[in-house]
Amino acid sequence: MDDWITFPVLILSATLRVATPLILCAMGGLFSERSGLIDIGLEGKMLAAAFAAAAMASVTGSAWAGLGAAILVAEVLALLHGFACITHRGNQVVSGVAINILVSGLTVVFGMAWFQRGGQTPALPPEARFMPINLRGSRAFADVPLLGRLYGDLLGGHNLIVYLALLIVPLTWWVLNRTRFGLRLRAVGEVPLAVDAAGISVAWLRYRAVLICGLFTGIAGTYLSIAQNAAFSRDMTAGQGYIALAAMIFGKWRPVPALGACLMFGFLDAVAIRLQGVRLPLIGEVPVQFIQVLPYVLTVILLAGFIGRAVAPKAIGVPYEKEH
Amino acid sequence: MSGGRQPLPAWVDIGLIPIVNVLLAFVVVGLIVLSIGVNPFTAVRIMIGGSVGYPEAIGYTLYYTTNFIFTGLAVAVAFHAGLFNIGGEGQAYIGGLGVGLVLLALDAVLPPLLLVPLAVLAAAAFGAAWAAVPAYLQAWRGSHIVITTIMFNFIAAAVMVYLMVNVLIAPGSMSPESREFAAPGHLPFAHELLAGIGITMGQSPLNLTIVLAAICCALVWLFLWHTPWGYALRTMGHNPNAAIYAGIDIRRMTLLAMGLSGALAGFVGVNEIMGVHHRLLLNFTAGYGFAGIAVALMGRNHPIGIVLASLLFGILQQGGAELAFDIPAITREMVVVIQGLIILFCGALANVTKPALEALFQWLHTRSDNAPAADAAEA
Repeated sequence: MDDWITFPVLILSATLRVATPLILCAMGGLFSERSGLIDIGLEGKMLAAAFAAAAMASVTGSAWAGLGAAILVAEVLALLHGFACITHRGNQVVSGVAINILVSGLTVVFGMAWFQRGGQTPALPPEARFMPINLRGSRAFADVPLLGRLYGDLLGGHNLIVYLALLIVPLTWWVLNRTRFGLRLRAVGEVPLAVDAAGISVAWLRYRAVLICGLFTGIAGTYLSIAQNAAFSRDMTAGQGYIALAAMIFGKWRPVPALGACLMFGFLDAVAIRLQGVRLPLIGEVPVQFIQVLPYVLTVILLAGFIGRAVAPKAIGVPYEKEH
Repeated sequence: MSGGRQPLPAWVDIGLIPIVNVLLAFVVVGLIVLSIGVNPFTAVRIMIGGSVGYPEAIGYTLYYTTNFIFTGLAVAVAFHAGLFNIGGEGQAYIGGLGVGLVLLALDAVLPPLLLVPLAVLAAAAFGAAWAAVPAYLQAWRGSHIVITTIMFNFIAAAVMVYLMVNVLIAPGSMSPESREFAAPGHLPFAHELLAGIGITMGQSPLNLTIVLAAICCALVWLFLWHTPWGYALRTMGHNPNAAIYAGIDIRRMTLLAMGLSGALAGFVGVNEIMGVHHRLLLNFTAGYGFAGIAVALMGRNHPIGIVLASLLFGILQQGGAELAFDIPAITREMVVVIQGLIILFCGALANVTKPALEALFQWLHTRSDNAPAADAAEA
């Protein structure tokens, strides 16, 4: 009867669930890159955090302890990136690649050594996870046509981190555009010399950006392993860190458009799963790979300037050398 | 008295610094191994025994080395032009596709002497084409090559999955693999070649491709340091503005550098598809493209360094497999950890060890300068 409403609600709520780690990573990457530091390492930080969250939650039985461990691990990696790139002016791309490769190996090595399950962590009971929250009265409203479904399944029925991710976007916008810290952060990504001349520490600003990035990627990893899933599995980020990077670029290094890109990429993913083996009228069967590859293709096209222009922060990738 | 900073002696810069960086990486790996309750020295002994201890193991080690040489050279050529090619993985994948397509189409009609060179050319052409698109987009459209090559890795993976699942899969096959190539499309294995001249060697995947790798090393060295194009390429890498004033066409050099880089990465496809698997399949690149970054950084972007680094990585890869077999607590991914740490220490943190060593040598230098002066004052 209400099939016509079930399908879009399912797709849209799946979109939100898929987009959550993308949003968190994209906002983290945004802070880093707006301060002038390329962050290829979103993927690695998220993967390490996912492992830490699942490992900690399975040992302690507490989701919050898992979140804490995940943030801690992501921050350590973020500081490593900062140490290499801010303090020692190392190559930012190389540092990010190193972190990604290192983590993809380390999570399996430690996973095997600690849990002996082929790189997986033990399945977590609901108490050790962030479970979906049923909004107050969603049962009572469930029978109300349209609104009941929207309230219970689209607005409600998600875990805490989904809502957190949606809150972080306006927060990021506000910090970047309405605070003194945000103004300085954006300045340091464009003309660090001017910031330095004003007597503000370039390094400290960039370290703070990197720390915020670590915080957000830590939450994103937590979401993957102990909220969306009930365990860590090897390479479970599966390129989502890179998709988040793409979304951030697609959003032209701005929070709200980046959110849009995350939701669009999430939507594509949700649709791709649904469309598997389905014959569409006129076009016939769309290969899943075609939809899965769209985020990457669209980002390449955007970067090439064929649809609008994405201009990176001017000082991005350039280590700042203080004149003596 | 000596004034000012002394430049580091060449042997320190070329020889000592990479060794110190690699040692640092291995110290960290040793600590990790220790933390999971395994004696690192036992682990090293098993790895060395398992990688060079007997002929089959040497064959495996050299087979892995072949792949690392290709991707290491690929990253290095781009590095010399000031470009960072993270797309080796995708270029190797598409290079393998080129090999597979040629062999699937022509293995019944052409003799090996025509078929093999054609397949090698196809690997180079496909790999080069896959790298040329990001190069074009950077040079003419201003998009960042790092981001584009990353995206192209994912696009290559999707293209391959689509082709293998829907188009190239052998009829009736359950797994996404093509049919096996006919005999003319197989490169001879090393144990077959050696048996021909009366030497018996255990079976291993080592094949004729290693000769191609050696040729590539020599050609890359010749090209970079002994041709005007190589000179232009390195000039661009050192200082793009100077290159422009010297009349070098930056755009075309970007295309050339990335094309060469992609072609070299594509040769992984020759080793894997024509040399070992004899059919087109998924995921045969297995991270070699990314490992190439570690190889190039450790080998300091020079063919000789890259050969040495590739040998080390080959030993690690084969020894790591034996280690995982002997000690269940350790997995093959330990090798990935080592790769990551080497990229970290030789690449990202390269600025940490060099100043420290510079300070050390400065101190040694001033001390040896002061010593005679002090003697003279005493006398």
